[in-house]
Amino acid sequence: MAITDAPKIITSRLGYDDSYTIERYLASGGYEALRKALSMTPEAVAAEVDAASLLGRGGAGFPAGRKWSMLRKNPLTYLVINGDESEPATFKDHMLIEGDPHQILEGVLISAYALQVSQAFIYLRGEFALGLERLQQALNEAYAHGAVGADIFGSGFSLDVVVHPGAGAYICGEETALLESLEGKRGFPRIKPPNFPAAIGLYGEPTVVNNVETMANIPWIITNGGAAFAALGAGRSTGTRLFALAGHVRNPGNYELEMVKTTFRDLIYAPVLGGGIRSSNKLKAFIPGGVSAPWFGPDQVDLPLGQDEVGDAGSMLGSGSVVVMDSATCMVRASWRITKFFSRESCGQCTPCREGAGWLERILFRIENGAGREEDLDLLMDLCDNISPGVNWPPQQTTICVLGPSIPSSIASGIRMFRDEFLVHVKDGGCPFD
Amino acid sequence: MSHLNADITERAKALVALYPHPRSALIPLCHLAQEQDGWLRPEAITEIAELCGVTEAEARGTATFYDMLHVEPVGTYVLSVCTNIACMLGGALELLEHAQSSLGVRAGGTTPDGVFTLHEAECLADCDRTPCVQVNHRYVGAQTPESFDQLLDDLRAGRLADSVPPHGTLVRVRRSSGLQVDPQLIVRERAAAAEAQTARAGQAAEKA
Repeated sequence: MAITDAPKIITSRLGYDDSYTIERYLASGGYEALRKALSMTPEAVAAEVDAASLLGRGGAGFPAGRKWSMLRKNPLTYLVINGDESEPATFKDHMLIEGDPHQILEGVLISAYALQVSQAFIYLRGEFALGLERLQQALNEAYAHGAVGADIFGSGFSLDVVVHPGAGAYICGEETALLESLEGKRGFPRIKPPNFPAAIGLYGEPTVVNNVETMANIPWIITNGGAAFAALGAGRSTGTRLFALAGHVRNPGNYELEMVKTTFRDLIYAPVLGGGIRSSNKLKAFIPGGVSAPWFGPDQVDLPLGQDEVGDAGSMLGSGSVVVMDSATCMVRASWRITKFFSRESCGQCTPCREGAGWLERILFRIENGAGREEDLDLLMDLCDNISPGVNWPPQQTTICVLGPSIPSSIASGIRMFRDEFLVHVKDGGCPFD
Repeated sequence: MSHLNADITERAKALVALYPHPRSALIPLCHLAQEQDGWLRPEAITEIAELCGVTEAEARGTATFYDMLHVEPVGTYVLSVCTNIACMLGGALELLEHAQSSLGVRAGGTTPDGVFTLHEAECLADCDRTPCVQVNHRYVGAQTPESFDQLLDDLRAGRLADSVPPHGTLVRVRRSSGLQVDPQLIVRERAAAAEAQTARAGQAAEKA
């Protein structure tokens, strides 16, 4: 990496054409971390991950070590890996699954050993056809290598892994919806409490659910030690993280960067990273952590890429997706499209989300297409308030899961930051960008 | 006479055996049925329900929840054009317009010859190559209106047959082995863990 001299923890093999094969994996130290872990006690392995202070990379940012320690008090029964990556403009797990599936598997194996689990499921979103094939191939190779199955490497520890395809539903990225889906049901999130997976998970048994990128970090942590990982980054945000940069930049892509030590400005403008705004346009706004996150303006571009730093500024690092919008972007259209997404993907259990998202989408559509009214702006905010009282960040919740309170983010950001642009649509009877 | 053919039925039973509860295989089995028929025929849903030990209504309830499972016929090639935020910023709404006029169907429709179904997709997680298009859930890279028409020609002429199987075929790599961990071992481990937990609870109660 050019921005800081932090090592590449999870993207070290991605430059090779055969990065997904077991030959490449073994040639670059693959499954050595698993051998090392198996020579340690499960408690010592878990302690290394705890020492790394690895924050879960799925979106909520809960410390993985703490999640594990909550569970080790229980007769834990299942480890489930969340590879249902569907947050719009997030494409990091996609790259890791296709590019280095063995690294994920090794992370799963080490984690299962630390947790003393005998069965693990890796749930991938169904649209990842190539990823499903690469991961299944990798799993077949790992079984043949003796790294998965009965009596792994002669250690006495046994684990079976099943790669499970989803079938196209954003909500299944929510961990309890994922468990429902893995039980063959509709992806309806469960009410928490009491259904925290640690207590009541898959088939009602205690379960730990971790993200794919979280797993990919585990082999490096065991090889190099939790302290080496924790020495990278700052504060609560340790190590490196994959940032998925999309939108109006010259070089969209996934970039592994040291947390906190780099800023949104580095990510967007550094020649070796985003390369700046396309067509030499100006930055208008950016979404710092997936479309559930409130937007930032150009004045916040010097914020560090850290969980608390972004949280304190009123948004979230979330899924690690950064969407850049330039001066030629219509903000009403951006709000509308994001809201349409939530409307389509609402599971339909809770009224505020199911009905509210549809109403919001239709109001935004009529503003964008010239049939809006000035009072629509207040109506939008009032509807948002019904879904998430106060329309603040972090949001209040009136629904079973956090999909509902994520809906207002793009609308409130659009209206608060670009009110005049919304009003021009109303006054001119159409979109000024058409 | 069963609707699912012998090969699919055998693979379905092998999938069911991977899970502690048969119903977990429901979605994988729906994908298998689509591999045979291209979509989920009612007869297939009946058999999947039997294999998974759920009612037909439950199986249908699950199938109708998910975008990739089709309870009505679709074309040989399902074209998914993502129009979500990153792709929209890259011109996806214009591409979708073009696709609709090229194919002569609206999003959601199937061409009269049964070759193409057009689907307006949500984010497909390939956001550095926009606008993103998948054909039968295989990525075909960023598309322009011109390249999209070329793509249609290539698909019609069978030039992409190797990389894009007919709709429904999801995973061409078969699992090479069944489960290896003895289920009894898992039962014993769980019993031991539960015992340890009870012992800890007892110790905690004594301390209190």
